[in-house]
Amino acid sequence: MPAAIRRLFAGRYAVWIGRIIFFALLLGGWEALYRLELWPSYVFPAPSDVALALARGFADQTFVIGITSSLGRLVEGYLIALVVGLALGVLMAQVRPVKDTIGLLVLGLQSLPSICWLPLALLWFGLNESAILFVVVMGAVLSISQATEDGIRNTAPIYARAARNLGAKGWRLYTSVVLPSALPSIVSGMKLGWSFAWRSLMAGELLYTLPGLGNLLAMGRELNDMGQVLAVMLVIIALGLIGDRLLFGVLERRVRERWGLL
Amino acid sequence: MKLQVKGVEKTFDMRGRTITALENIDLEVRAGEFVCLIGPSGCGKSTLLNLLAGTDFPTKGSVLANGKPVVGTNPSRVLIFQDGGLFPWLNVHANVEFGLRMKGLARDKREKIVTSYLEMVHLAQFSHAWIHELSGGMRQRVALARALAVDPNVLLLDEPFGALDAITRDLLHTELQEIWMRTKKTVVFVTHNVREAVVLGDRVVVMTPHPGRIAAEHRIDLRRPRQIENMKTVNLAAKISADLRLSEETTHARSH
Repeated sequence: MPAAIRRLFAGRYAVWIGRIIFFALLLGGWEALYRLELWPSYVFPAPSDVALALARGFADQTFVIGITSSLGRLVEGYLIALVVGLALGVLMAQVRPVKDTIGLLVLGLQSLPSICWLPLALLWFGLNESAILFVVVMGAVLSISQATEDGIRNTAPIYARAARNLGAKGWRLYTSVVLPSALPSIVSGMKLGWSFAWRSLMAGELLYTLPGLGNLLAMGRELNDMGQVLAVMLVIIALGLIGDRLLFGVLERRVRERWGLL
Repeated sequence: MKLQVKGVEKTFDMRGRTITALENIDLEVRAGEFVCLIGPSGCGKSTLLNLLAGTDFPTKGSVLANGKPVVGTNPSRVLIFQDGGLFPWLNVHANVEFGLRMKGLARDKREKIVTSYLEMVHLAQFSHAWIHELSGGMRQRVALARALAVDPNVLLLDEPFGALDAITRDLLHTELQEIWMRTKKTVVFVTHNVREAVVLGDRVVVMTPHPGRIAAEHRIDLRRPRQIENMKTVNLAAKISADLRLSEETTHARSH
C-alpha cells in the first residue's frame, strides 16, 4: 500500500473511513439478502424500497404532517412536564414531608414505563389528544423533578456560604445561587426527560389513532408496506438524534464545561 | 474594625467522642492590623476563622467585632476560601458585582465599584471571562475583588494561596500587601506556610493542635512591601519554624 494511503487510514479520517465501509457493507448485505428472494418483498423490503418510501412520504407531505404533529405534541407535553417537574423538584428539595411522601411516589413511578398510563388516561380524558399528552407528560416529569431535587440538595455548600457571607438571603439566595448551582443536574434531567417523552409519544401514537409518526408506522403495517415502516423508523431515529445529541447534548456539554465539571 | 476573642473553647462531637478544636483562646486584632494564624493541620486555625466570620459559634467564651458579639455572617467580615468559591455561572464582572446586587445598589454605582476593584487586582481586561477560563491565581484575584467590592471592614482569608504555584503566590503576596496598604482593612490570614505569614503579617500567631491553642506570638517589624527572598524575612521565618517544631514536639510528647 502506498504511504499516502496508509497515512490516510492512520490519520483522523480513519474512523470515518471505517464507518463508511461498515455502512456500505450493511446496505450491500441487505440488498444481497433481498436479491436472494428468501422472503416476499412486503416482509423484507430492499434498501431502494425504503429510499423510495422516504422520498414519496416527503413528496406527498404525509411525513411532513406526521413530523409536525408529533413534534407539536412532544413540545406541548414536554413544556407542561418541565413546569410541573421543576416545581415538584423544588418542593421535594425544600419541604421534607413532600420529599418523604410524594418523593417516594415519584421514585416508585419512575420504574413504570409511562405508556402503561394509556388505558387509564383514555378513561380519564376520553379518546382524544389529552390522553396521549398525559402519557408524554408522565414520561418526562418524573426524571425532571428527580434531577431538580438532586441538584438542589447537592448544591456545593461553599457557594451558599460565600453567597450568604456577601449578603444573599431568602429567595434571592435561592434564585441567584441555589438554582444556578443545580443547573447541570437539572439539564441532565431535562435531557433524560426529553428522551423518555419521545419514547412515550411514539408508543402512544402507535397504539392510538392520531396523525403523527406512530400512526404512519401503524398505517404502513396495515398496508403491508414495510418500506414505509422502515422509512418512518429512519425519520424517528433522525429526530431522536437531533433532540438527544444536538439540542440537549450540546446544551448539557456547554453547561458542564462552564460549571467546570468537565 | 477591632476583633476580640475571649476565653473561647470550641468542641465538636465526632461519633460520640468530644473533640476539642479550640481551648482557651484569647486574641485581639486591632483595626487595620494584618494578623496571620499559623499552625499544622488540626490546630483549629480555620475553626477560629469561621468563628470570626460568624459561620460557626464558640462552645464557651465570646467573639466580638467592634465590641458587639458576632451572631452570624455579615458582609462587613468577608471570608475568602482556598478555592475561591466563585460562582461558575457568572462571569468575572458579575461575580465581583454579586454582593453589590444583594445590597441593592443602583447599576451605575455598581459599575464604578466593579471597574475600580477589577483594576486593583489587574483583571480589567478579563471582565467578561468565565471562571473556568481563569488560572488559579486569577481566580483568587477575582475572589479578592469580589470580597473588597462589598467594602468590608475585615477580610478573613482561609489559606487563599495554598493551591497556587510559588511564582504566582509571590506575586499575589506583593499585590495583597499593596491592596492592604491602600485600603487599610483588618486582615486575618490563615496559612500553614511560615514564610508567607512573615511576609504578610504585622503579627504571626502560632497555634498548636490537640487541642488547638495559641502557643506563641511574633511581632514582625520589617518594612513593607516585603519580599519572600529577603534575608530578614528568611531568618525570621526560620526562627518561627524552629519554635513551631519545638512546640509540636512537646505536644507530641504530651499526648503520648
